[in-house]
Amino acid sequence: MFQTFKLAYRNLGRNKTRSFLSALAVAGGMALLLLMVSVLEGEMRGALNNTIRLQSGHLQIKPASYEEGKVSLKWEDLIENPDQVVSQIKSLPQVTVATPRLVSSAILTLTDESKGVQILGIEPDSAANGPFREGMLDGEFIHADDREGVLIGNILAEKLKLTVGEQVNLLVTTSNGDVVEQLFTIRGIYTTRTPGFDEFYILMPLAKAQALTVTENHASSIFIMLQDNEQAEPVAEALKSSNYQILTWQEQNEFVVLFEDFANAFFVILYLIVLGITATVVTNTLVMAVFERTREIGILSAIGMKSGGIMAQFLAEAALLATGGVIGGLILGGIAVAYFTINGIYIGNYGITGVLFEDRIYAHLTLENTIYLAVIAYIVTLFASLYPARLAARMEPVEALHGMGD
Amino acid sequence: MEVTKVTNATRVFKIGEVETKALRGVDLSINDGEFTALVGPSGSGKTTLLQLIGLLDQPTTGNVSINGQDATKLNRNQRADLRKNAIGFVFQFFALIPTLTAYENIEMPLLLNGTKPADRKKRVNEMLDAVGLSDRAHHRPDQLSGGQQQRVAVARALATNPKLILADEPTANLDTENGKQVMDIMQRLNKETGVTFVFATHDPRVIGYANRVVTLQDGLITNDSKANGKS
Repeated sequence: MFQTFKLAYRNLGRNKTRSFLSALAVAGGMALLLLMVSVLEGEMRGALNNTIRLQSGHLQIKPASYEEGKVSLKWEDLIENPDQVVSQIKSLPQVTVATPRLVSSAILTLTDESKGVQILGIEPDSAANGPFREGMLDGEFIHADDREGVLIGNILAEKLKLTVGEQVNLLVTTSNGDVVEQLFTIRGIYTTRTPGFDEFYILMPLAKAQALTVTENHASSIFIMLQDNEQAEPVAEALKSSNYQILTWQEQNEFVVLFEDFANAFFVILYLIVLGITATVVTNTLVMAVFERTREIGILSAIGMKSGGIMAQFLAEAALLATGGVIGGLILGGIAVAYFTINGIYIGNYGITGVLFEDRIYAHLTLENTIYLAVIAYIVTLFASLYPARLAARMEPVEALHGMGD
Repeated sequence: MEVTKVTNATRVFKIGEVETKALRGVDLSINDGEFTALVGPSGSGKTTLLQLIGLLDQPTTGNVSINGQDATKLNRNQRADLRKNAIGFVFQFFALIPTLTAYENIEMPLLLNGTKPADRKKRVNEMLDAVGLSDRAHHRPDQLSGGQQQRVAVARALATNPKLILADEPTANLDTENGKQVMDIMQRLNKETGVTFVFATHDPRVIGYANRVVTLQDGLITNDSKANGKS
């Protein structure tokens, strides 16, 4: 075995440039795959975390009559006495945050234009608002007793050229069907770095949102965060009640999961293309080597090396190319992934309904994916060498030695 | 004792629709310790006959046996095993593995037949000594002269103590001095160890070393004689 690899190493050294370029092809393919996998993983992870943090929570308690996409302020479509429900939920050890929220459709009107928005009534002191507090770009966060202040997202502010301190008019339909309007002062501008959210959501204190929409002591949902994603199912089971619907983050984000499955399937095709190109380079290199070394194959065969030994010789060369390529790929890919993990890739407002993408995708590489890709690249390289190895092994000694006499 | 026996062997090469009869029915028996030259003009079939005896090729019809064993019934790997243990080769173009040193080239057949490392080392050094190349042990073929390379090839052929050495035009690419050196070494080893040599050649100086000369013409043996009463 050692001798086989020693000879293989020396054979690769005969044409250093060609061997280097072949290993580089494996390394390039491997690095590209690492980057693709980590960007996909980062994108999905980012979108899911974002959607959970901003919109779905790990769990949401909705009224029994809730239907997806329905924004109703009728009392029968709201949770009554949400504080009482929240205090019960908070007694569960897995729950880190539970807070009532009220969602209402509204029209923001200025002197010369108007825009449909969503009012999100929040408890300003709740830890659930971390993403908004951390994303404050200008002004200050709203207080629970503020009756005239709102926060708007930076995309909305840019589109309507609004600044802190300016007033906007909000028009809403109340729970009893009346249309009311009120002037609000912009206290601050936030960003969640999620264009799909920052363009449409206006935050105001829950009490004020309830007063405006005549939904006192009612909420659209209870937003719940848990210690980790995996606890959603058991906690949902524990909270089960005929009075409410308990929706897990998976149930609320089916589209994200579906999108991830679709993206994974699509990327498998890309992996195959990249690996196919890599395999072709390796096959080509080794086929050239077989033809260049035909006479040597004949000599080895003449002195008693069996077909298996000759095949092993070429497989050993492929294994060395694969080792060099995979190590090189890990280094090249590692550098690229590290860069995009820190700096991200700007994608702007990449809107897909129901998925809250950030404006940047940050690569995220897992150990599992790294090992998986390294093994796949290794296997594909060895697989690519099977044809030339068999070609060498099947060569008849007399044909391999052809041209040495009459 | 018979080392190899060729019985009514033919070898027909087919290239497209054209058939070329390289051997047309050859009978040849080589005994232990012989130093036999296969001679004849180009295209007479001497290399083809050498390849059949060396189990590098198989006859179209007829039989080839080595040490009494019918080799025509063996499969590819069994023939490789028989070559490994019973036959050594010396080719016209030196036929060394260019990435291996002289030492490693001689060691290769010993690795293939599973000789233990200590015995391997001893045997390789013995063979280097026998061909006068101990001081070139760690040189690669491109660092050796043609004559030195052919001596390494002779050492490699003899490393596993085969009963039969086949040499195809062993001096064709060597100058007179180096050709003589190689032939002297082969003759000495033949006399000292009793190993059987069969070589194909055009070279009258080489023929002069042989104690038996087999002449081929158009794929047939036309003459088989002991040369000059040599033993």
